[in-house]
Amino acid sequence: MPKDSGIGASPKRREDVRFLTGDGRYTDDINVAGQAYVHFLRSDVAHARIAGIDTSQAEGMPGVVRIFTGADFEAVGGIPCGWQITDRHGEVMQEPKHPVLAHGKVRHVGDPICAVVADTLAQARDAAEAIVLDLEELPAVIDMKEAVKDGATKVHDDLTGNLCYDWGFVEENRDAVDEAIKSAAHVTTLELVNNRLIANPMEPRVAVGQWEKGTGDYTLYTTSQNPHVIRLLMGAFVLGIPEHKLRVVAPDVGGGFGTKIFHYAEEAFCTFAAKECRRPVKWTSSRSEAFMSDAHGRDHVTKIELALDAENNFTAVRTETYANMGAYLSTFAPSVPTWLHGTLMAGNYRTPLIYVNVKAVFTNTVPVDAYRGAGRPEATFQLERVIDKAARELGVDPIELRRQNFITEFPYATPVAVEYDTGDYHATMDKLIEIADVAGFEARAEESRARGKLRGFGVNSYIEACGIAPSNLVGQLGARAGLYESATVRVNATGGLVVMTGSHSHGQGHETSFPQVVADMIGIPDDMIEIVHGDTANTPMGMGTYGSRSLAVGGSAIVRATEKIIAKAKKIAAHIMEASDQDIELKDGKFTVAGTDKELAWGDVTLAAYVPHNYPLAEMEPGLEETAFYDPNNFTYPSGAYACEVEVDPETGKVTIERFAAADDFGNVVNPMIVEGQVHGGIAQGVGQALLENCAYDENGQLISASYMDYAMPRADDLPMFTVDHSCQTPCTHNPLGVKGCGEAGAIASPPTVVNAVCDALQRAGKNVTHIDMPLSPARVWAAMQGAEPTMGAAQPAAGSAGSAEGRSLHGQG
Amino acid sequence: MTKVSMRVNGKAVTAEVEGRTLLVEALRGPLGLTGTHVGCDTSQCGACVVHVDGKAVKACTMFAAEAEGAEVTTIEGMANADGSLGVIQQAFQDHHGLQCGFCTPGMVMSAAALLKDNPKPSEAEIRHYLEGNICRCTGYHNIVKAIQAASGQDVAIAAE
Repeated sequence: MPKDSGIGASPKRREDVRFLTGDGRYTDDINVAGQAYVHFLRSDVAHARIAGIDTSQAEGMPGVVRIFTGADFEAVGGIPCGWQITDRHGEVMQEPKHPVLAHGKVRHVGDPICAVVADTLAQARDAAEAIVLDLEELPAVIDMKEAVKDGATKVHDDLTGNLCYDWGFVEENRDAVDEAIKSAAHVTTLELVNNRLIANPMEPRVAVGQWEKGTGDYTLYTTSQNPHVIRLLMGAFVLGIPEHKLRVVAPDVGGGFGTKIFHYAEEAFCTFAAKECRRPVKWTSSRSEAFMSDAHGRDHVTKIELALDAENNFTAVRTETYANMGAYLSTFAPSVPTWLHGTLMAGNYRTPLIYVNVKAVFTNTVPVDAYRGAGRPEATFQLERVIDKAARELGVDPIELRRQNFITEFPYATPVAVEYDTGDYHATMDKLIEIADVAGFEARAEESRARGKLRGFGVNSYIEACGIAPSNLVGQLGARAGLYESATVRVNATGGLVVMTGSHSHGQGHETSFPQVVADMIGIPDDMIEIVHGDTANTPMGMGTYGSRSLAVGGSAIVRATEKIIAKAKKIAAHIMEASDQDIELKDGKFTVAGTDKELAWGDVTLAAYVPHNYPLAEMEPGLEETAFYDPNNFTYPSGAYACEVEVDPETGKVTIERFAAADDFGNVVNPMIVEGQVHGGIAQGVGQALLENCAYDENGQLISASYMDYAMPRADDLPMFTVDHSCQTPCTHNPLGVKGCGEAGAIASPPTVVNAVCDALQRAGKNVTHIDMPLSPARVWAAMQGAEPTMGAAQPAAGSAGSAEGRSLHGQG
Repeated sequence: MTKVSMRVNGKAVTAEVEGRTLLVEALRGPLGLTGTHVGCDTSQCGACVVHVDGKAVKACTMFAAEAEGAEVTTIEGMANADGSLGVIQQAFQDHHGLQCGFCTPGMVMSAAALLKDNPKPSEAEIRHYLEGNICRCTGYHNIVKAIQAASGQDVAIAAE
């Protein structure tokens, strides 16, 4: 029987009622009395010197309050970067200034140049059209490998070049890895692109800045996954506002997927301009603006080599990656291709020697930062693709090759500096083979053949590092922040609880799942507990929601605070019942004294805490409110195995996903319904990356996928029903809930699964296609089929048409 | 500015709008109905679907002035008279057919229009019909289930 409350139950989400009735309160639904509206005039070219800005005509237009340019922001700081990488030579990364409004130069399509504040949005837009810009266009830096050559045009004139850093990990292993590859029985090499993506939460970003003349207090309403982080970054580094004078509110937020972690110029602008204009200032991004101002994701160009001995044991992995940073360093950008990617290159396997080299490069494109999975999808894609290719080259079963190399003993210290606490990779693979009905594949393939379609099966394993992270560790790695999480549990006199968390829910259902945890600990109904989040004025300093960390880190903080509450409540109960607090038990919302029939209800004790007439006042303060900050001592390591069956239309190259199965090990699960929903969404984004989505720039740096007409979002009829399972559970050993995190698994594990399946379909049809770069559009798949030789050793097919950069630095790829 | 009058969720309303004001802007602005959302500017995402004279319409594709005299239903008008969730809304909650909630109003309005024309749609018909509604959170799996359930078809409750 499924439970109906507490941990392990799937109560219906309480937040759904307001979302289903139109009563949600998203940032754009907030209107502050007297607010003006800002429209940003953005660069329509990738790279240019700003020779002149003539606002004279625009300033006289109806409703215009004020027009701002970069010169107005000379006295304030730039948008800061939160992570500093030290390169393989011991040098710190190059870190250019990122002005709120472009100053001197524009560096990507969408770089804001002017901000027009007016009484209405329409008036602001009208006035922006009357601004005359004199932009002297410069050559655009788009191709990463060209960008780092001597003499290349520089994105930032004051830097030594376009290389942000050249990172090696683990540098001391470099020679040993080279040697292992030289002496290997077999080496499989794969060059690939991890396509640039745009996160595209359905709610575009919004910022409303407010300044109170009477108190000097600022308020920013913003679409953020982490309001405290925004308060700290914007207050301390950009605008010089002390945190006690700045409140940041992130109310209902319509999806984040990483891109709402970062501090953006528009937030700083609205806050700054509210004081300058003496009026609240509101900005609502259009979708077109979102495409050219939200941080993008992925965009790696990689060469990976996998070395095996004569018995097919993995002996070494060596990778070289070019990672696009875009024009400026977004908040966590430098950490993504390094610590969130290099440390995952062991995957699920006992590879003894690993070396990862990453060159991060500035280009005239929108900044690139974390997007669902962030570094881990890039690691998994390389590894799981190269293993599949190796299996083909060696003529062994791809599942068996994986199984042979699985890590089976835990804890396991990888050669890339992390220690997996628990996992059972055979168990998830076994479960996958069952739920994916691998045994029935041949019959289904025959049925596809009868319809003239090519069917393929793809599989992969994955591991991720979630629940970021021990603060002292990330500090050593260059993080400029701690990565704990916080919770304050306030018990009211009448027994209900308010849990104030530093985590932020923007689709994850915390308002439902977090109370399940507290309810279980005390033994009271879920609905006695309310979750408060998203407002720096009434929550403790917290780091927010990303990296599948909310339950593992934020939930653990709630457990710790609730433990303190229970300990104090037991002392109160002991006093009232004249017993030792060691003998007090709390179960089903009742305090009892062991060995007696004395009992006291939860509400009697909470009332006594606030009406302390019969209370140990000499020993304890009244009240029942506790705060905990939880700093984990390791990452968590969710893992699993995914399978996909595709059909390829040999006439058109169109790929359809026929079946998709996921067997995940998330450790303990608090709300299975929510966990499954998270996996579904991750799979859709992973399939989107594999088949549909591509953020494309042309060679001039023009963003050519800047609307939903050009950027292919997965639609309902692009996807099948999914079969997901989370019954393999090896609980995390180091957090009190034993949970691992489930938010990113689907996005991490799905892309290689799909590409493996398409390559399998083509191989089974006698086409020696060993790789196609994502997205596997009909044109690319068709071209790969046409170019493929029916013999071993065929050349890799071209990813795209000659002469087009197709979204990134494809020159030199392959 | 021109004055436009229509019935929204059964109530007669009037708003002052510019000629260029879109229906969705009028609903969210002067009419104060912020349940209808704007997720794009190319009429692709479907977050703003409402019913105009009984037909599903993306409220970003028509001017407010064009709705003169029309009967408009928004997500705010979909609950039962006693305030409880309507059948489709309840099915979305039962089957976890929403996460962040931003696309949800448009999804519910599209689902209602589908079920009016096709009371027992197949999975394929639901997926095809929702082509104009983008959801980034759910992978559509539970939305499809919710709509099947709302149409009285047998669907297992989420995560059992």
